[in-house]
Amino acid sequence: MIEFHLDERSGVSPYQQIVQQVRNALRLGMLRIGDRLPTVKEVVAQLAINPNTVLKAYRELEHEGLVSAKQGVGTFVTQTLADTSLAAHGPLRQDLQRWLTKARRAGLDDESIEALFLATFRTAAQEDIA
Amino acid sequence: MNTVLQAQGLGKKYGRRWALSDCTLDVPAGRVVGLVGPNGAGKSTLLHLAVGMLTPTSGSITVLGEAAGTSQRAKVGFVAQDTPTYNRMSVADHLRLGARLNPGWDESIATKRIERLGLDLKQRAGRLSGGQRAQLALTLGISKRPELLVLDEPVAALDPLARREFLQDLMEAVAEQELSVVLSSHLVSDVERSCDFLIVLVDSRVQVSGEIETLLATHYRISGPRRDEKSLPSAQHVISASHTDRQSTLVIRTEQPILDPAWTVSRLSLEDLVLAYMGRTSAPEQNNHRPVLEVQR
Repeated sequence: MIEFHLDERSGVSPYQQIVQQVRNALRLGMLRIGDRLPTVKEVVAQLAINPNTVLKAYRELEHEGLVSAKQGVGTFVTQTLADTSLAAHGPLRQDLQRWLTKARRAGLDDESIEALFLATFRTAAQEDIA
Repeated sequence: MNTVLQAQGLGKKYGRRWALSDCTLDVPAGRVVGLVGPNGAGKSTLLHLAVGMLTPTSGSITVLGEAAGTSQRAKVGFVAQDTPTYNRMSVADHLRLGARLNPGWDESIATKRIERLGLDLKQRAGRLSGGQRAQLALTLGISKRPELLVLDEPVAALDPLARREFLQDLMEAVAEQELSVVLSSHLVSDVERSCDFLIVLVDSRVQVSGEIETLLATHYRISGPRRDEKSLPSAQHVISASHTDRQSTLVIRTEQPILDPAWTVSRLSLEDLVLAYMGRTSAPEQNNHRPVLEVQR
């Protein structure tokens, strides 16, 4: 069983934070196939958030095929994210390191690198949506 | 039942002063509604009208499909400001009173809650802590099994821990029972987590109301080289504006994407969104032709 927490200053909506925390737990192997997610009642009693927020997060996870809700029993993990993405981490990190070295050589300081990365990341994300 | 609260041109006048004016609202069932606004904005007046403790001077208010204050009193729970209890009466007395006065009283909810809160049944309410008194008042409100629970500033007087515990229990009740909730607060941060619907009341008028998610998705802060707000596309409604000699910063509401590349566009937090609406009334209203309630859903 995992426990959710909320970061109110993150700018990420509470429902997104729950979705991300489940995905992270799946990635890190803290949640495995067959595990039960906390019930809506348990989550709201702990975080004092609106039940609809939890329902929405669980629906999205279900839509992604990561969990499945069994009426009256609970919501269970049906898929894991651990192996597939973990294997890709290494090469991706190497690519990023190479890119970082390039950026530093071009004279960018940490702040500029971060700004450039975030701007590119956001544009790419927006293009994905559009 | 899909509407829990509906108001049409609702107003309440005390002497010559309007405590609430021209209030038009439509709140769907199953929501947790945050009613926010500064002290004296008319929040309590609106809530008292909703539970039938006041009668409107103008307009109408419908609660759970019927005119407020008639036969639906059993379906509406009300926890008044500062979660009042009877100081001289014990916890057990309060539960007996609740059972006597409410036909739909659910004894099992009441006893389970009191047990879990660790309250002594023989204790007088006057000797409970503020947080415990609030929890006792909430217990009475929940145990009558209302369809709508109205709470007036329930957590304002509580310390942060008691505040969180109160909201945790309230949300648990919402998850367990089919319950709509309206709660008022002068702090956005109190309601941000728990509510999914927001009503902003300033100077006796509803400035904006709607699903919080929709509100957050349709409001933006845009800044760029100074320009006249009248030159904005008609689909962009200016909520607040500030200008320096070179720069303009606006909070706008729009359903459409902002295409003008001159603007730097950012999202608003709920608090900033509410503040933008609050600032609007104190500023001299030049564009009075814009209907104030146009942003209502």
